[in-house]
Amino acid sequence: MSTPLLSISDLSILLPDGADRRHAVAEVAMKLHAGETVCIVGESGSGKSLTARAIMGLLPAPHVRVGSGVIDFGGEDLTKVDYERLRNIRGSEISMIFQEPMTALNPVMTIGDQIDEIFRFHVSMPPEERQKRALGLLEDVNLPDPPRIMAAYPHELSGGQRQRSMIAMALALGPKILIADEPTTALDVTTQAQILQLIKDMQRRLGTGVLFITHDFGVVADIADRVIVMQEGLIVESGKSTQVLNKPKHKYTKSLIAAIPRLKPRKARKRSKEVVVETSALHKSFGGGRSFFGFGKNAHAIDAVSDVNIELRKGETLGVVGESGSGKSTLARCIIRLIDSDTGMVKLNGVDITSLKRNEMRQHRKFIQMVFQDPFASLNPRSKVGDIISQGPMLQGIEKTKAHQRARELLDVVGLDSKAFDRFPHEFSGGQRQRIGIARALALDPDILVADEPVSALDVSIQAQILGLLDQIRKEMDLSMLFITHDLRVAAQVCDFVAVMQKGHVVEVGATNKLFTQPQHEYTKSLLEAVPGKDWHFA
Amino acid sequence: MPRSSKIFRYVSKRLLQGIPIIIAIIVINFFLLNLAEGDAVDVLAGEAGSATPEYMEQLRKKFGLDQPLPVQLAVYLKNVLVLDLGYSFRHEMAVQDLIFDRFAATALLMTSTIILAVGFGILLGLMAAMRLNTWKDAVITVFALITYATPLFWVGLMMIVVFSLYLGWFPTSGMENVAAFYEGWDRVVDIAHHLVLPTITLSLFYLALYTRMMRASMLEQYGQDYVVTARAKGLTERRITFVHVLRNALLPVVTMAGVQVGALIGGSVIVESVFAWPGLGMLAFESLFARDLNLLLGIFLLSSILVVVVNLVVDIIYCFLDPRIDVE
Amino acid sequence: MAEFWTRYRRNRAAVLGLGILFTILFMAATAHLFYPEDPFRLVGRPLSGPFENGFLLGSDSLGRDVASGIVHGAKTSLLIGLIATLVSIFIGIFFGAFAGYFGGRVDDLLMRITEIFQTIPSFIFAILLVAIMKPSIFSIVIAIAVVSWPGVARLVRGEFLSLKNREFVQACHTIGMSDLRVMLREILPNCLSPIIVIGSLMVATAILIESGLAFLGLGDPNIMSWGFQIGAGRTMLRSAWWVCTFPGIAILITVLAINLIGEGLNDALNPRLKERQ
Repeated sequence: MSTPLLSISDLSILLPDGADRRHAVAEVAMKLHAGETVCIVGESGSGKSLTARAIMGLLPAPHVRVGSGVIDFGGEDLTKVDYERLRNIRGSEISMIFQEPMTALNPVMTIGDQIDEIFRFHVSMPPEERQKRALGLLEDVNLPDPPRIMAAYPHELSGGQRQRSMIAMALALGPKILIADEPTTALDVTTQAQILQLIKDMQRRLGTGVLFITHDFGVVADIADRVIVMQEGLIVESGKSTQVLNKPKHKYTKSLIAAIPRLKPRKARKRSKEVVVETSALHKSFGGGRSFFGFGKNAHAIDAVSDVNIELRKGETLGVVGESGSGKSTLARCIIRLIDSDTGMVKLNGVDITSLKRNEMRQHRKFIQMVFQDPFASLNPRSKVGDIISQGPMLQGIEKTKAHQRARELLDVVGLDSKAFDRFPHEFSGGQRQRIGIARALALDPDILVADEPVSALDVSIQAQILGLLDQIRKEMDLSMLFITHDLRVAAQVCDFVAVMQKGHVVEVGATNKLFTQPQHEYTKSLLEAVPGKDWHFA
Repeated sequence: MPRSSKIFRYVSKRLLQGIPIIIAIIVINFFLLNLAEGDAVDVLAGEAGSATPEYMEQLRKKFGLDQPLPVQLAVYLKNVLVLDLGYSFRHEMAVQDLIFDRFAATALLMTSTIILAVGFGILLGLMAAMRLNTWKDAVITVFALITYATPLFWVGLMMIVVFSLYLGWFPTSGMENVAAFYEGWDRVVDIAHHLVLPTITLSLFYLALYTRMMRASMLEQYGQDYVVTARAKGLTERRITFVHVLRNALLPVVTMAGVQVGALIGGSVIVESVFAWPGLGMLAFESLFARDLNLLLGIFLLSSILVVVVNLVVDIIYCFLDPRIDVE
Repeated sequence: MAEFWTRYRRNRAAVLGLGILFTILFMAATAHLFYPEDPFRLVGRPLSGPFENGFLLGSDSLGRDVASGIVHGAKTSLLIGLIATLVSIFIGIFFGAFAGYFGGRVDDLLMRITEIFQTIPSFIFAILLVAIMKPSIFSIVIAIAVVSWPGVARLVRGEFLSLKNREFVQACHTIGMSDLRVMLREILPNCLSPIIVIGSLMVATAILIESGLAFLGLGDPNIMSWGFQIGAGRTMLRSAWWVCTFPGIAILITVLAINLIGEGLNDALNPRLKERQ
């Protein structure tokens, strides 16, 4: 095999004193060849991002620094080269793209100026030439109307366009290595698929070596030649992607892969006749700010939910899938009446709740409860766990000792020690907090649970546990569930029926296995097509 | 629509929004006037020594003070709109004339103060942030902390003690040496000489404020993701600081500069009275002692309007600095 | 609490500030023990310098003891600073909470009012209010509170705006909690830290405003205050520098100490911000 572009040996990165461990990463060794894509996979805190930053000399100094090891780049040790040399390498020979293209771009500078800087600081070229090259780059990354993009500020572009601009910038000088730090995590699946394709195409054209950091094995399956699995700062397994994905050796890799939801729809169950939630012609629009002194109709109103008719039957799980901005969360909030819909009906156990007054609604609240997305924002940091869980029943008139008793039982149901009762939310991990959130939703003994992206903020292994818990509870308590998710893998695993939403409309509804095997609507097809790692049938 | 015409529309909209604020301030002004014990007639009567109740009643009728409140308010609004701010019995002049006489002196003091405070504040803050945790940073930070805690009038008095009485470098008070009858450049130099101490005194507090803000703002911007991107692009630290970070860091400081104009006017009352600077602040101080409420309210009204105008100007500057501002 | 103290202690300047403030508080509390005489009383030869004629910090043009004025003035400054701040925080929370929580028209109306009060040059407004109401402790406190609350209102509104959309607040709505309870029990406790920080800085500002008013002759005529001492001594600047100098240093040290405490509270209550540096 040819000599590698980059070869790291025995790299360790030190954390500041007082951190929960001494090393961010230790004993890291890896190689990257021209034209090759190496993926570093791991959960949050595994040290994958810091490894990538160490290569560029971008560790957050002075707290985090390289302790030992060699990063060999074409015969030079990047941990030892002087600042000027490192600066020359950055952006021209090794470049990097980041997770959040909105914050990674300077908000008050046009895209054109930000690309132009790369040329100005690395090669000498007349301004017209630089301008021409920049336009060419934007064209290369398939951005429409490059002159307009050049003059645009980051906030005027979509997430996908911003990431494309970042890639154009990174590839401006044909670098030997591209480091991509979770570049698609903040994007919708269809955009993600396009960006991954773009990186692949550019790599083929330029022969770049790509070091790709991700937490998503689906993405790994789509683009990696070789895979490195990291856990708590150590490499636990590495090898050819086919081998690691299909025959993982290390038990951590095995458990990670086992935790990924299969893209295989769950078996259909017998459907009940009883409808517990039904919406008809539901409509909700949001205005884009009030006009002059608060009068006049708003021209910028957006239809977040438009003519939605769905029904949820007893004991089943109805999934609502769609990309960000599709209106799925708004729909959920209209159904549980956190938001008042504009027109249409929501029937809860046969009662139209859209016309109820606030105090009339109160007695219907106990039938339908919600599990939220963000385990950090969904619990009041100033309340004790026990109070968070028992305040619902107490508001409904149940006496304190009984409510507390029930809260302790529920902690047990969701798999937490009853000692958690007297503790505060910040003492728990993300997964544990999500369990507390579930206990709170169950405290009123609801018939229906609305789960809004309940696992999308969690690492994949925790995700599997929470999905398991939800399924078990649904069975034991005979709950019906409305499950909002952007992740088709999750939907396939937990839903009996699935509704696909796009721009406020439900474009297709069907039984999960039918929808996944014979999608009818174009949009459903494109969503399924974009699922990362869809062709990977793991053991 | 091109951005320039959007900005034009935005500006006219903000202008219109300023109107209700000004009207509200005039109304507050009117009620303050009514809250005060005694009216213009009482003051006049006091001046004249003794007046019969019948004569005072007659005067009240003449000034419209016997009308119901809403009518008086309407009259007051109308008067203000035609720039008739009433009569100062103490100075025996119309309030608006008195104010316009003194306005230039205050405008001069405020302009030089803003330039000094904002300019040096930004510079010092920038230096402190770039030399983080060195002795320079420490000196600047301590200086800012202390000036931030010092009362203006005391700084002024101490300046006079040290620089006028002890060292004899600057005059103790006034705006120019009237007795010298300077003309042309000599007069400009003379006024500038008188301007030094009041300007330094008034600007110290704001200098400290902008220094602290600028330092904090720079540090916050250094922590942003786009700085990592800029480093990853291989830009020099110079470029990152002066082009990327600086412009973003200036935004909150500009906003603050606008917000502080009102406070600056308040500060000028104190500084002008300490240095006997013949501006609006001095006038306010005099009217306070003479219990000349009409005049005090006039100054108050005018300075409020000034704040509205300056805020508008700052808003316009801001929307050129920050492309994200939604000017629609 | 212990954790809070550990974090606060890390900022040594803030600990120093706390020490100074306690000393000043002690001074104010024991003023009548060390200087049992009325500070307005003429107790010796006028215009004695420091350490002359039994005066620690000299006497003024009428023979009043400067040191006695300073210890008695400490009470005035701290009391007015604290009460005025409490009043304005109360007004600010009221306006900010309702505007942020209910949004829409309520927000428009309340924020317009706040904007008007923020536009008015605050010190001149305070002068006017005191002049119209006649100088007294009460009128000074009211004037300072009236010009200080808009900052609190904006802060509280911002916090309420962002917290009301947090999922834990939505969770309270799904169990049918009343608005007032959500505001008071769920949201307000979560914005206490920034309110405490801004409050501590406002005490410092209030002390500065009070001294400015007293300097201009708008202090309560029956109560000794630092600003009054400086105002009374300014005509003697040439011959008796100490009359103005020492009360000024007292103001400076007090305000500095409170500002340092404010920064320490900020670091301790918002640890996230500190780590960024």
